Amino acid sequence: MNYIMSFLFCGFVCAVAQLIYEYTKLTPGHITCSFVVVGAFLDLFHFYDQLIKIFHAGAMLPITSFGHSLMHGAMHMTKEYGVFGLAMGMFDLTAAGISSAILFAFFVAVIFKSRS
Amino acid sequence: MDEKKYNQIAEELKPKKQVFKHTLYAFLIGGAIGAIGEFFLELYQNLFSISEKDAGPIMIITLVLIAAILTGLGIYDRLGNIAGAGSFIPITGFSNAMTSCALDGKTEGLVTGVAANIFKLGGAVITFGIVASFILGGLRYVVSFFI
Repeated sequence: MNYIMSFLFCGFVCAVAQLIYEYTKLTPGHITCSFVVVGAFLDLFHFYDQLIKIFHAGAMLPITSFGHSLMHGAMHMTKEYGVFGLAMGMFDLTAAGISSAILFAFFVAVIFKSRS
Repeated sequence: MDEKKYNQIAEELKPKKQVFKHTLYAFLIGGAIGAIGEFFLELYQNLFSISEKDAGPIMIITLVLIAAILTGLGIYDRLGNIAGAGSFIPITGFSNAMTSCALDGKTEGLVTGVAANIFKLGGAVITFGIVASFILGGLRYVVSFFI
């Protein structure tokens, strides 16, 4: 059941992005950026947490989750440090994704040859 | 031939947009990536008996690693030609953008090539994410004083 839920939600987000891509002149970069902003906006009312509870990995994988976790980490720190917590806690939850992406991108670039 | 007529003919000869087919492929491949993520999520929960909250980041690291290796082998870009949004919306697309930019800069050396180019496309996502969550987070912080 979890697999089907995950499949449906992740597929749905990708299909929406593909429709935007087909009918407008936006590049993939524009679409990913706007999806990150949408993800941050959905966390404004803790709506994205509910989505993760229902769809599990399906809601964690799309790039909208990136905006959500940036916002979530920032809001968590404001409870302790006030307004400076916004900057202090920003990367708390996304650290795994960003650091691993930089790390693996670097090692792959060192090992493999460019194909384009 | 006047301009109007030319435009009309050019419009007719344009390849027809296959919106439905592309959207279907994006749905199927994006969904498949979601299902693979779910597989790793449940695997780690059962293997290390940890909570779902802790298994999430490990699952993301695994998928980022897989996407980086597939990009290095040139498979992910071929997948991207078929899947479109199905390949660039999941977190694997973020990994793909960073790895392919790093690979492109390889000829210029490690520092000015690989390290400087690594954020060429992925940096936009990080910048917008931080700006948006700073503004929205600040807004919520201010509002929380009044409620």
